[in-house]
Amino acid sequence: MTAAAPTLSHLDWLEAEAIHILREVAGQCANPVLLFSGGKDSLVLLRLAEKAFRPGRFPFPLLHIDTGHNYEEVTAFRDRRAAELGERLIVRSLEDSIRQGRIALKSPMEARNRHQSVTLLDAIAEFGFDACIGGARRDEEKARAKERIFSFRDAFGQWDPKNQRPELWDLYNARIDAGENIRAFPISNWTELDIWQYIEREGLALPSIYFAHEREVAVRKDGALVPVTPLTPAKPGDDVQRLSVRFRTVGDITCTAPVRSTARTVAEILLETATTELTERGATRLDDQTSEASMEQRKKEGYF
Amino acid sequence: MATATLASGPDTRADLGVLRFLTCGSVDDGKSTLIGRLLYDSKAILADALQAIERTSRKRGHAEVDLSLLTDGLQAEREQGITIDVAYRYFSTGQRSFIIADAPGHEQYTRNMVTAASTADLALILVDARKGVLTQTRRHLTLAHLVGIRHLVVVVNKMDLVGYDQAVFERIRAEVLAFAGELGAEDLVFLPLSALAGDLVVERGGNLPWYGGPTLVELLESAALEDGREELPFRLSVQWVIRPHQDFRGYAGRVAAGRVKVGDALTVLPSDRRSRVKAIHLGGARLDEAVAGQSVILELEDDLDISRGDLLADAGRPPLPARSLDADLCWLSEAPSRPGGRYLLRHGSRETRAILHGTAHRLDLDSLQREPETRLAMNDIAQLSLTLQQPLSVDPYREIRATGAFILVDETTHATVAAGFIRGAE
Repeated sequence: MTAAAPTLSHLDWLEAEAIHILREVAGQCANPVLLFSGGKDSLVLLRLAEKAFRPGRFPFPLLHIDTGHNYEEVTAFRDRRAAELGERLIVRSLEDSIRQGRIALKSPMEARNRHQSVTLLDAIAEFGFDACIGGARRDEEKARAKERIFSFRDAFGQWDPKNQRPELWDLYNARIDAGENIRAFPISNWTELDIWQYIEREGLALPSIYFAHEREVAVRKDGALVPVTPLTPAKPGDDVQRLSVRFRTVGDITCTAPVRSTARTVAEILLETATTELTERGATRLDDQTSEASMEQRKKEGYF
Repeated sequence: MATATLASGPDTRADLGVLRFLTCGSVDDGKSTLIGRLLYDSKAILADALQAIERTSRKRGHAEVDLSLLTDGLQAEREQGITIDVAYRYFSTGQRSFIIADAPGHEQYTRNMVTAASTADLALILVDARKGVLTQTRRHLTLAHLVGIRHLVVVVNKMDLVGYDQAVFERIRAEVLAFAGELGAEDLVFLPLSALAGDLVVERGGNLPWYGGPTLVELLESAALEDGREELPFRLSVQWVIRPHQDFRGYAGRVAAGRVKVGDALTVLPSDRRSRVKAIHLGGARLDEAVAGQSVILELEDDLDISRGDLLADAGRPPLPARSLDADLCWLSEAPSRPGGRYLLRHGSRETRAILHGTAHRLDLDSLQREPETRLAMNDIAQLSLTLQQPLSVDPYREIRATGAFILVDETTHATVAAGFIRGAE
């Protein structure tokens, strides 16, 4: 049982698995799309797609579901990256869905993450996408630990945990009927640390808000930091401070919180990630904590 | 808890890759405690996740933190107090990354375990030191052996509850070895430990001085990986053809077995046309050689008509041409098999239709006897033959896992209904 020197490092192995998954989506699905937000996980997906398909073109366009609550740095970065790659970027926005009456907000400032499902499902119908490639990881959240790499969604975009296909070896089954959809997750088996190590190894550029910067934040009693922005102004009685922070995930401004940090390089972020005591979503997502099962609920509604 | 020997994060030691393993056993065997300890000691459980399970444990009136709450994820399961399906967990020792496939034990066990085992390099088979070898233990061994898991580790847990008695351990070892002999399983490793007290998990502890072998973590870190198997013949299923312009035609796929070098003679199957490797590409770089597990792009010396579904193989050691297969099937679907029924068969990147033929010989997991059966129900394992609409190029599963495996898909429901292990071909 002694180890022969393995040839593949853990990043090599994860990369090879993800490339294989991307090529299976391309091979099995007629009209796939890759969801690209400008966030770190989707930037990793783009690098993997380059390794899977260059010197050819990507066999799918990129799609961003824009909540209208994104940090400008991230949106600008998204557009720049797509242009550099010379690949087609489709943007569909929640604002449009709201104007069309497809989404009814209870209050204008409410978190829009869960409403993304409506715009996403509309975009899937508009373009006839049969598979959406996403950057979700199994280590992010409990409801994802049993998620398939090829996850089946019915004609309503719903995820039924009891109606998923067993996945054996690396033999994926992407067969569907018209109107149904596959969500494919090439980086299922990556952890947050793997993502940062890969970003460092590949020298990937990231939107600036991933790195430590000074920002006005309201410090809540439980320690949560809420960024002070036009969308999320300070409330009376808020303890507003100017702190050095960075974002571990980037998403809807109203529900993405930064963490205290002085890490200005990927190497420094790696050190912080290796010693952190909070999970990625626990520290930074204000909407997942409402109920232990809230992610599962949103997935059933068509969320990623 | 001991966190000192397990470090996560940047590490200057050699990177020993990724090991995938599965844990077989029930909550009663202390499986959840063992997984919980591995995750906790490697800092894969972070403070807020731990607080969440502490809250839930208190709510349920448990005196101690119930680490099994970490391994059952879905609301439906928590409400019913059971776990469905396979859950994947991650931890790293800094030197090696680990993916645990955790398959629970209940009526869907065979299906879940076969699924979890299909991607595993190693299986931990838990035995409760107080109870010894149970029917369940024999089933776990049989399935792990069938799925061809390379490293079988029998973990005799709860040694603290039998006074760390070496005689208990030796008795269990002898019994398991006798059964493994019947199965034809070789190279089993035995490990006494206490997941609760932590002996021989991460730390050696002071309670098992008579055991001189490695701790569980040492074992996991040193187990040889599939990509070290240089002796296997080269296999690669073409997933995608990359042809950006007239001067480049690349065949993209993951090396399923063996290794390939520039200049190697290959055969393209099923056409059996020959060529040599002109170049190997990965992410814009040229490689001299690619090994099992790597996703690469191959250029060949000759312009052949090659498309997705074709298999590239070592010309000197080609796979078997198959019009029909002799195989073991593990039936996964709640709908039973249709005798003489037609299914889609997926093998590598190729898909063809297959018809189930003749009498199935169902394996009784307890007696290891085969019985004739006309229909296969969920969780059945049976040997039968399949007639193929189009020829395939295959290897016996025992020799090469990647080219010896297939799945069956129902043409109407599109459900994945069976896992197949090729025994032979005609």
